[in-house]
Amino acid sequence: MKLSKKESLSLYETMVRIREFEESARTLMLEGKLGGFLHLYSGEEAIAAGVCSELGDEDCICSTHRGHGHIIAKGGDVNRMMAELYGKDTGYSQGKSGSMHIADIGIGIIGANGIVGACIPIANGVAFALRYRGRDSVAVAFFGDGASNRGTFHEALNLAATWRLPTVFICENNGFGMSTPPARASSVKNLSERAAAYGIPGVTVDGNDPVAVKAATREAVVRARAGKGPSLVECVTWRHHGHYIGDPAVYKDPEEQKRWLAADRDPILRFEARLVGEKTAKGAELEAIRQRARDEIGAAIAFAESSPDPAPETLTENVYR
Amino acid sequence: MPIMTYVDAIRDAQRQEMLRDPDVFVAGEDVALMGSSFGQTAGLYKEFGAGRVLDTPISEGQIVSLGVGAAAMGLRPVLSLDFCDFMGCCMDEILNQAAKMTYMLNGQVGMPLVIRANIGGEIGAAAQHSQCLEALFTHIPGLKVVASSSPRNAKGLLSQAIRDDSPVIVLEHKALNGMSGEVPEGAFTIPFGKAETRRAGRDLTLLSWSKTLLKCLGAAESLEKEGIDAEVIDLVSLYPLDMDAILASVEKTGRVVIAHEAVETGGFGGEIAARLADEGFDLLDAPIKRVAAPFAPVPFSAALERLYQPDENRIMAAARSLF
Repeated sequence: MKLSKKESLSLYETMVRIREFEESARTLMLEGKLGGFLHLYSGEEAIAAGVCSELGDEDCICSTHRGHGHIIAKGGDVNRMMAELYGKDTGYSQGKSGSMHIADIGIGIIGANGIVGACIPIANGVAFALRYRGRDSVAVAFFGDGASNRGTFHEALNLAATWRLPTVFICENNGFGMSTPPARASSVKNLSERAAAYGIPGVTVDGNDPVAVKAATREAVVRARAGKGPSLVECVTWRHHGHYIGDPAVYKDPEEQKRWLAADRDPILRFEARLVGEKTAKGAELEAIRQRARDEIGAAIAFAESSPDPAPETLTENVYR
Repeated sequence: MPIMTYVDAIRDAQRQEMLRDPDVFVAGEDVALMGSSFGQTAGLYKEFGAGRVLDTPISEGQIVSLGVGAAAMGLRPVLSLDFCDFMGCCMDEILNQAAKMTYMLNGQVGMPLVIRANIGGEIGAAAQHSQCLEALFTHIPGLKVVASSSPRNAKGLLSQAIRDDSPVIVLEHKALNGMSGEVPEGAFTIPFGKAETRRAGRDLTLLSWSKTLLKCLGAAESLEKEGIDAEVIDLVSLYPLDMDAILASVEKTGRVVIAHEAVETGGFGGEIAARLADEGFDLLDAPIKRVAAPFAPVPFSAALERLYQPDENRIMAAARSLF
């Protein structure tokens, strides 16, 4: 897949913004400024960046407990995201959702979800609605390797295939369902093999290569838009941190962890080297992008910290419509 | 006013709402070709086509999730899970997804979905096809729960549920399917949160819903011969609950029997009793009595199921004990 400089830098910028958001959130949590659970996307940025670069505003995504990256890549407002992590009134849900349930319906972010695997069949509902309304948009379900063992995954692939729904299933195989690697939890070598059971295309790609992810997504999206039904794309990656911040990840092999974080494996460092090596961009241009991301997330933190807490009367608002 | 069976009223509600709103669609187990187990969706597939009446795989989680995703996009799914007992197969989708989406997203989306399911026994359907599980759902903020007891309110409640912007669990009693009664023609709704006084009385309030309501009406007739004038209130909607109607009746009678087919322990009758004790203690002249099923699964044998179900005799005995 040949990309323009603009496309390449856009992928890079998305990844850098996600990393900056996540690592800042990690620091804030370790400093005791954030409460709740924080499941970070560091290391997996190429997937969100690659997938969402193929989507328009009308296309929808359903996300997971590890959803910050998807939301940023789909165009989410980092100020409102950070304020939500702080539980502030200016957050996406006025502090009702926290990290795990951020949504922005207007730009097709149907919501992150705290229940593993729950978003997969919901994406089918979204895809059904898009088709019902006569649109040629698609719905993307992001989920992890662990979620692919839930019944929801199998029910969803079966329905999407049977009804030829415009759903794109993006499995982020980050090496761990909490602590358990796929080799101990799943019967197949590549999780994409499971697509065969439902008669749909299934591919496994390097999930740390945004261009490979983008190319596989394009194929799946084109197919879905054309009414030919769903696809399963497995993106192999590595979760840099524990399941959540506070999980020491004693189950990780330190050598393997080191290999995945190295410059030739980390999605951002590797893409950086490639952009410079192929003379797509100069180091200074990339540093400018990184600085912009630092400034942006710094401003988001300031915005969140200066925002008020939600008012007491909001506690029972919006239980019903 | 036309006479209709309970099943026809349920079918008519869906038909009327589909006619008036193109965003309404029906999906679930065996709703299209078969027209559902008891004919509750018969004819809809033929009239509205495969785009709006959809047989799903037996995948309860996916059925409810289909509704959650579609409702988030503004459609109005009417989902059939057939038997209420099967809701165990999709509890996450009901309690963590449908019920909480509007709150978690702080009102960015409504969740206008309806889950229809039949409840209750009396047809020898045994432990996994006979339960009344309303209390599981009234415990979950974000859900509305209604239960019909006549063809008229079956149509009105379901129609209202389809127009509601929050998820509604609509419980239909399978032993009422053949019951006939007057039902208004055309589009017809009954507002939620408004109890129906089915019989006025001075001495005692019988509170109930679904099929047990009919047993309360029967018991009230017999009690009258004994000189006890019972008021019978059909709660119709359990959430929202018409506490005002309950308190107004108890203010008049001072005595209450709550009767339901669900297991007594943790049943919704306990919630009503607690609220009555809290908000209406001074109105009461006697303890609050409950008549409900024993703490056991629903048995198969007709001989045992008769003992399991609250009947007129038990309701009357509870009533008499208050005087």
